[in-house]
Amino acid sequence: MAGNKIIRIENLTKSFGEKKVLDDVSFDVLEGENLIVFGRSGTGKSVLLKSIVRLLKPDAGAIFFEDENILTMKEKKLLETRKQIGFLFQSGALYDSMSVRDNLAFPLRKLTKLPAEKINDKIEKTLELVDLSEAIDKMPAELSGGMRKRIGLARTIITEPRVILYDEPTTGLDPITSKEISSLILSLQRKLKTTSIVVTHDLICAQIISDRVIFLKEGKLYIEGKLETIKEKDDKFIKNFFSNEILTEAE
Amino acid sequence: MKTPQLIYGKRLTGEEKLYNFFAMLGGITVFVVEYFKYFFIPPYEIEETKKHMADFGMKTLPIVSTMGIIIGFVMALQSYFVLEPLGATDFIPGSLGISILREFAPILTALLFAGRVSSGIGAELGSMRVTEQIDAMEVSGINPFKFLVVPRVTASTLILPLLTVYVIFISVIGGYLATFLQEQMNITYYFNSMISYIDMNDILQGMIKTFFFGFMVGIVGSYKGFTTEGGTVGVGLSTTSAVVTSSLLIIFIDMIMVKLGMM
Repeated sequence: MAGNKIIRIENLTKSFGEKKVLDDVSFDVLEGENLIVFGRSGTGKSVLLKSIVRLLKPDAGAIFFEDENILTMKEKKLLETRKQIGFLFQSGALYDSMSVRDNLAFPLRKLTKLPAEKINDKIEKTLELVDLSEAIDKMPAELSGGMRKRIGLARTIITEPRVILYDEPTTGLDPITSKEISSLILSLQRKLKTTSIVVTHDLICAQIISDRVIFLKEGKLYIEGKLETIKEKDDKFIKNFFSNEILTEAE
Repeated sequence: MKTPQLIYGKRLTGEEKLYNFFAMLGGITVFVVEYFKYFFIPPYEIEETKKHMADFGMKTLPIVSTMGIIIGFVMALQSYFVLEPLGATDFIPGSLGISILREFAPILTALLFAGRVSSGIGAELGSMRVTEQIDAMEVSGINPFKFLVVPRVTASTLILPLLTVYVIFISVIGGYLATFLQEQMNITYYFNSMISYIDMNDILQGMIKTFFFGFMVGIVGSYKGFTTEGGTVGVGLSTTSAVVTSSLLIIFIDMIMVKLGMM
């Protein structure tokens, strides 16, 4: 169940040249919830996620992790905060010079003082969670798209972050694998009690995962609420987004 | 002045090229400062540094060996054609030793090293950048500069002087082969004659600059890779630019060091 506010976004604004991709966006994320961020391509969804971990620096606004502003914190504090926030990239972003084992071991070796046997145990347990124990000694180039996503997810959860940010976790996958990844995200969230912010265009993924949904339109927060409630709204943009039919401007 | 928006792959205007040039100089300066900042902060990536030293050394060894023996041979042969009519072939070992030590071995090894290593670093880090691997490292709380850049620059700075010593040795052997073929010069006489002409200043002038060359190759390759944008086209541009920029900087540093050495 959702609890206290773990992330607060306040008046976030970001432009690239003349184009404003985020325009005064504010919302909260509650501890333990799965928040889905919807919106058309180019409406600043990925920019929003990257701003939360300060991979991009917004032009204005604030992002609070608990009570500390991520955008103004010192480098050392930022590194500490990043350890509590996992990020699953669209491509998985596996280190392609390392095997699956080393990909998973890397953050543990760098961020913890765990002995080698403990690291190995943790790798094996995490791979069991994503159902890919057999891939432990494979190189990323030998993995399929779905497997890369699972390994990426395993690498993200192995450091036990409190919040996980997912950047289009099912993009580029077939419908069956998409459902599998979505179910996996949900089951891991329940097991590990993490908070998730998921950027996606995949309605089935949202149906499986979401506790709450926000829509971004032209860089602004357009609407937020439960997925079922939003789907019933008599709003042309929302109807167009959820409809399988092609709606014209005249309609 | 409005900052030009640079797009990889498009033809740049004069203003954009100038902006790009100064942005690169500024970026490389920041990279040098960052390197020294993180170099002294633990944990020290000693294993990574050793791994890259072995990698850079092995990558460059075949080409510098071939170049070294041929350069030594050709230089000795050219000296012979000039000095033989004057009856001054005794000067061949000395002049050969001094020119190899002071200039040819350091600069040619550095240029070949730049071609192999700077491009390799640029391509590897550039690919990591465009496939979000560097971002993934950063968001997991690991400093990618410290893990990726510092060991590569340190390895490059340390391995180039060692390679240069090796090339000096190989070139001297190449030079002896030529003098033996032309003059049937005795090997003991060849080496004794060479050593009698060389002093510590020649060795220092040749060797000190190789540390600067190696450092610059590592810094430029890492800078170009780390700042890559524009997908695979960007990786290609970074790789080429890493070689061109580091080669030009090597020649520029050489000019300054030779001038300083003459003072």
